[in-house]
Amino acid sequence: MEELRKEMENLKDQITAVRKTFQDSTLQEAAAGVTVVGRVQLKTRKTLRGHLAKIYAMHWGTDSTLCVSASQDGKLIVWDTITTNKVNAIPLKSSWVMTCAYAPSGNLVACGGLDNMCSIYNLKGKDGNVKVMRELAAHTGYLSCCRFLSDTEIITSSGDCTCVLWDIETGTQKMVFAGHQGDAMSLGVSPDFKFFISGACDFTAKLWDIREAECRQTFGGHESDINAIGFFPNGNAVITGSDDATCKLYDLRADQELLTYQDPSIMCGVTSLAPSKSGRLLLAGHDDFNVNIWDMLKAERVGVLAGHDNRVSCIGVSSDGMACCTGSWDSFLKIWN
Amino acid sequence: MSTTNNIAQARKLVEQLRIEAGIERIKVSKAAADLMSYCEQHARTDPLLVGVPTSDNPFKDKKPCIIL
Repeated sequence: MEELRKEMENLKDQITAVRKTFQDSTLQEAAAGVTVVGRVQLKTRKTLRGHLAKIYAMHWGTDSTLCVSASQDGKLIVWDTITTNKVNAIPLKSSWVMTCAYAPSGNLVACGGLDNMCSIYNLKGKDGNVKVMRELAAHTGYLSCCRFLSDTEIITSSGDCTCVLWDIETGTQKMVFAGHQGDAMSLGVSPDFKFFISGACDFTAKLWDIREAECRQTFGGHESDINAIGFFPNGNAVITGSDDATCKLYDLRADQELLTYQDPSIMCGVTSLAPSKSGRLLLAGHDDFNVNIWDMLKAERVGVLAGHDNRVSCIGVSSDGMACCTGSWDSFLKIWN
Repeated sequence: MSTTNNIAQARKLVEQLRIEAGIERIKVSKAAADLMSYCEQHARTDPLLVGVPTSDNPFKDKKPCIIL
């Protein structure tokens, strides 16, 4: 046991040392000649009203028009963000919902939370009613996040420290991704659907190979729980948001942290994040009711979205990059651009 | 037995660290250059970055002007 512990320490030191040998520069140095983006001022274009309690999650559909939101009022609402109409208002069995997701096809939505399950709903049922299609149960902790790979596969992250790849048709676990030493809080799927990343309460982010069920890389550096995680648009880098009030950018191919987005005036934890379409802007939602907008290459704050009267719990940028949607504990969603 | 479990767990952690230590890496300078290049290439088609003209903004209500 003592030998194993020594070997662990040796390997950790080895990884740190190897990473250093590839650090021939920093992103800061490389971007020294780049001009900071001008002040970004986005306006609220729409306010989506209808939820009666805190909103915990939202996810855009791939058509950049519809989105789904989940609130602890026990409802999933599918919105047409342009007309602000509610396309579907789905009552949930359990109101303790913490996450929701829209399938790329637009046919399904999913949600879950303190019921430890991921419920899949078919939006395109024959009789027009939205019903539960599957209840994916096996996690022994709360469902913190879920993301569809297709209409037949979904990945979930849980307070039981694992992530799972499910076969929706049979309702069974295809793969279990174990390794985090704390609640897995958030996950993001790579643009090519081959990998996913998870952020956890062990302060690390992990990159997983979906088909091999293997953890390829682990990134540390945060000083508290990672609540939010996402891929840089080209899939080569990962952005994390933490209770330590900072966001970090990790490059997957260099296997190390490139930048930290922090400011002494920002003292509240990051709850959610989303990159803009080109990756140049990073939008991060915080506990202090604001969204900070960062120039991702220069690590300078270039804007603030202030409009919610409570914590910003979720944020998403549509696939065509046209708009950003924020969801809050104040029960409203806002569309900005 | 909990000791056997601990050893099994420790072995798994060591195994995982070996996998992570052995991956291929590229230099930060190349990684940084690629990120910057991607941002530059896609800047013009990033609506939140360059702004959206009212006529092309599906979220902006286009109200006709009323001349009083």
